[in-house]
Amino acid sequence: MSGELKLKKNVLSAQQMSRILRRMAGEILEHNGGVEGLTLVGIRTRGVPLAEALAAEIERSEGQKVPIGVLDITLYRDDLSVIAPQPVVKETRLPGPVEGQTLVLCDDVLYTGRTIRAALDALTDYGRPNAVQLAVLIDRGHRELPIQADFVGRKIASDRDELVEVRFVATDGEDKVMIMEPE
Amino acid sequence: MTQEGWTRKDLVGIAALSPQEIQLILDTAESFKEVSERPIKKVPTLRGKTVVNLFFEASTRTRSSFEIAEKRLSADSLNFSTSTSSLSKGESLVDTALNLQAMAPDLLVIRHSHPGVPHMLAERLPSGVVNAGDGAHEHPTQALLDALTIVQHKGRLDGLKVSIVGDIEHSRVVRSNIHLLNKMGAEVTLAGPRTMMPIEVEKLGVNAVYTLEEAIKGADVIMMLRVQLERQSRMAFPSTREYFNLFGLTRDRLKGAKRGAMIMHPGPMNRGVEIASDVADGPHSVILEQVANGVAVRMAVLYLLAGALQEAE
Repeated sequence: MSGELKLKKNVLSAQQMSRILRRMAGEILEHNGGVEGLTLVGIRTRGVPLAEALAAEIERSEGQKVPIGVLDITLYRDDLSVIAPQPVVKETRLPGPVEGQTLVLCDDVLYTGRTIRAALDALTDYGRPNAVQLAVLIDRGHRELPIQADFVGRKIASDRDELVEVRFVATDGEDKVMIMEPE
Repeated sequence: MTQEGWTRKDLVGIAALSPQEIQLILDTAESFKEVSERPIKKVPTLRGKTVVNLFFEASTRTRSSFEIAEKRLSADSLNFSTSTSSLSKGESLVDTALNLQAMAPDLLVIRHSHPGVPHMLAERLPSGVVNAGDGAHEHPTQALLDALTIVQHKGRLDGLKVSIVGDIEHSRVVRSNIHLLNKMGAEVTLAGPRTMMPIEVEKLGVNAVYTLEEAIKGADVIMMLRVQLERQSRMAFPSTREYFNLFGLTRDRLKGAKRGAMIMHPGPMNRGVEIASDVADGPHSVILEQVANGVAVRMAVLYLLAGALQEAE
């Protein structure tokens, strides 16, 4: 993204975000019949606070903790030969073996689908989970691969030259979603 | 998310690197460690890239380490060694390199007994070049894996006292380590028989001592170097037994060491020459961790260089 960006539109406030997270946590529980065998896997960077927020909501309603994993997809990107210099590689940390688990991949924004493609490849290298589901806070469209989310916070319309910025209390000090556009 | 730090297509030595570049390699290597702990120890990152390992000097450890790093990154690798290459048929080094270049490898990993060979190839060839040891000049990935091992145990390099003991004059490992440790704020002490110390050693920005006791005292890290028995024809010391008596690291001598001091060795070890078996296998020894970290460091270096090559295209 080149040049400065300015705010185009506020999409979600803290209050709206908290309602959405509660609903998504409920959907995940309903769909999977509870927390048994469930692991939330946050995709670095902004998928991690989403996974943590969803885990907190799940714990609040079920009284049980859900294990959380962190996935770094840098080594699986399909654009490593186009971008330079290399992105910083961070660690992947899964809470245990993936065999027999239902993994819910969490990411802040679903856009082209390429990140999810890379994440699925990365997960395959850790073993064979029972199922992999996808939870995203924002679906902004413009898919380049046949990938859809199982749990969506909010669908929004956006232009390709815009940026959807998601902020979490845990990492950015506030819960907020905005659309930014070039100046 | 991108970092601006890495723009070099080659890693010829530590001397040219900035502390930030060293830190970036160490941070990247730390992340790559996890790949070697997975059930499937492979990532597709360098798929379609060709790496040629050009070893003009015998090496098992370093070459295997690079090879494993390449395979875990999904690069295609090819090994050349002196005994099997046309070098033994009289071809000049530049001709060999140009011929290899015609096959368009992305990266060359080179070890050579003459200092400066990796540098020369790096300047002439468009491929990325990694120095895997050139004469008594540098062995950058060894110094980086040593640093990674130290950081994992001590949490930092800055302010640490590191003593390096043995054949200082002929060691490329020492040269790379001195550059790296000095740049990262560690205090380096070199120790060995006078016959194995370079002239004007203090000019390297280090302390020099001539007994093992002085080297051990107060050190956070004690790095023992291999006595190069194959070079013993130059008579740097009367016998391996005498060397062991004066400079061999034994449990008894370690009593004078600081609590929690780490024992390192770049390998291959001569047990009973520079290090006693019970020390090499003892609780303070991190020698096998160094080997494991070697793979992670080499993965990090190959990854970063491959990125810089892309940028140059």
